[in-house]
Amino acid sequence: MALAICQINNDLSRGRRGGGHFTGCMVRPSDFHTEMDMAKQYEFKAKALPYLLVLPQMVIVFLFFFWPAAQAVWQSFFLQDPFGGKMIFVGLENYTKLFTDPTSGYWQSFAVSVAFALCITVISMVSGLFLAVQANKKIRFASFYKTMLIWPYAVSTLVAGVIWLFMFNPNVGVLAWMLKHVFHVDWNYLLNFNQAFLLITLAASWKQISYNFVFFLSGLQAVPETLIEAAAIDGAGPARRFQKIIFPLLSPTTFYLLVMNLVYGFFETFPIVHQMTAGGPGKSTAILVYKVWRDGVVNLDLGSSAAQSVVLMLMVIALTIVQFRFIERKVTY
Amino acid sequence: MVEHSKFKKLLPHLFLWLGIIIMLFPIYFIFVASSHTSAEILAAPMPMKIGPHLIENYRRALTEGTSNMGTPVLSMIKNSLIMALGISIGKILVSLLAAFAIVFFDFPLKKFCFWSIFITLMLPVEVRIMPTYKVIADLHMLNSYAGLILPMIVSATAVFLFRQYFMSIPREIPEASQIDGATPMQFFRNILIPMSRTPIAAMFVIQFIYGWNQYLWPLLITTKPEFYTLLIGINRMLSGADVQIEWNIVMATTLLAMLPPVVIILLMQKQFVAGMTETEK
Repeated sequence: MALAICQINNDLSRGRRGGGHFTGCMVRPSDFHTEMDMAKQYEFKAKALPYLLVLPQMVIVFLFFFWPAAQAVWQSFFLQDPFGGKMIFVGLENYTKLFTDPTSGYWQSFAVSVAFALCITVISMVSGLFLAVQANKKIRFASFYKTMLIWPYAVSTLVAGVIWLFMFNPNVGVLAWMLKHVFHVDWNYLLNFNQAFLLITLAASWKQISYNFVFFLSGLQAVPETLIEAAAIDGAGPARRFQKIIFPLLSPTTFYLLVMNLVYGFFETFPIVHQMTAGGPGKSTAILVYKVWRDGVVNLDLGSSAAQSVVLMLMVIALTIVQFRFIERKVTY
Repeated sequence: MVEHSKFKKLLPHLFLWLGIIIMLFPIYFIFVASSHTSAEILAAPMPMKIGPHLIENYRRALTEGTSNMGTPVLSMIKNSLIMALGISIGKILVSLLAAFAIVFFDFPLKKFCFWSIFITLMLPVEVRIMPTYKVIADLHMLNSYAGLILPMIVSATAVFLFRQYFMSIPREIPEASQIDGATPMQFFRNILIPMSRTPIAAMFVIQFIYGWNQYLWPLLITTKPEFYTLLIGINRMLSGADVQIEWNIVMATTLLAMLPPVVIILLMQKQFVAGMTETEK
């Protein structure tokens, strides 16, 4: 998905640029400042040409981004008959229903989404950082290790889901069989919420580790060696050096990844939930994005789905603003 | 660095191998599963060694598909490839043009265009599912390649990357081309594009993977099997009762679905990492 919260790294002297993911973008405050500060690029003189050049981009932006977004806002104020197209204005009812009507299950979905996104973020960031620290040591085969840890980035979220589904399927999964017959666990994630939650979290984190690995490694490689050596000479052990020097220097990367992983957890894990649990058992693992899809596409409750879309949009906007604000204030540097 | 002892030197290798194994062992499972018969897998636990039905399974997957979903994987590979190439190449073209306009021209609506592109970052498909679906339906683009590709080819990421790169080009180069009598478009085609090979390659890797791995969008707008992409096909093969699922074929398909983006990332690792975490020059 083209979701991205922007990476806006400090324009440090070593200025790493973050971004990427399918999502990511590479906007930094300097991207905006350059417009004023830097000498401008040479400008050709032409009246109509620049408009022709941006036209394809703008047509798509308006047709497939702005128009639908506006439609979502508009529809969220109506009750709509999915077949007839009759629309009744209901004001904020779609929203109040979401937040106050217990049958909507919105708070429950919200809670499970937050827990899910947080667990993925913690697991994949900690593992990614740990592996990056190891791979950054001066050891043999370092580039081989790097390659072997980067490729899972290319595995789609759905495939990650299918792989873990296969291993832990209560009927055919090898690991499920082991859990049952060797460890005597009553394993059936289709009936047990805790097991379902654990499984989707593992699948989603497994795929995400390499993303964090790539960014942490490039952050680590930018830490000046002389600094580490100096600290070592002053008698700081490895743990202390990490805590006092390396980790603070990594903080822009860490913060960027924190936001990106939350975004991944909230918005990009739809395929995993859709394939592995279908929101079940019951509706216990129906994360927000899954719920929007289900209420819109399956239940054809367009008004509610639109209202949920608007809530999600606000969440993305909030995350983007947080990212901008924080980084402009410089994260502990 | 500073500490030297045998054990300490070995430790990182150990940890890294552990990481690699965690990444690889699930792949081994699906590879093994794709070499057995469906019955062998259903009689859990399946054997842990590679079986004799490898080629047969892949041949069946590619040419026939599973019995509960009779679309051959070959046709789904074609669809995934068209979508991935359409999205990645389309994104690069559209973004190059837009970045060219924004950097090398001054026009009244420049700021407006720039911010419009920026705002798309805040509107991922996931938050505008139903209305975008409706636009595609109104344009009669359900079950079509245009529908799969067009809404995906806006990319603030690519525009910003190219913009950044274009700004770093010495202004003497466009100036000289102008003095030599080249039109802006000649400058774009003959000088700027060849100069931008590196960021273009980086974008291609990232966007090809992005395009190949799209799931929610094709799930929404494809209902005819002849437009299923691989990932949608896998989902369809898995919908049905457990006993009907031909796991061997599904796992062969899963491996095939994984392969192209993984191969691309392995071949173009350098460009990929540079594109993701580009160092300023």
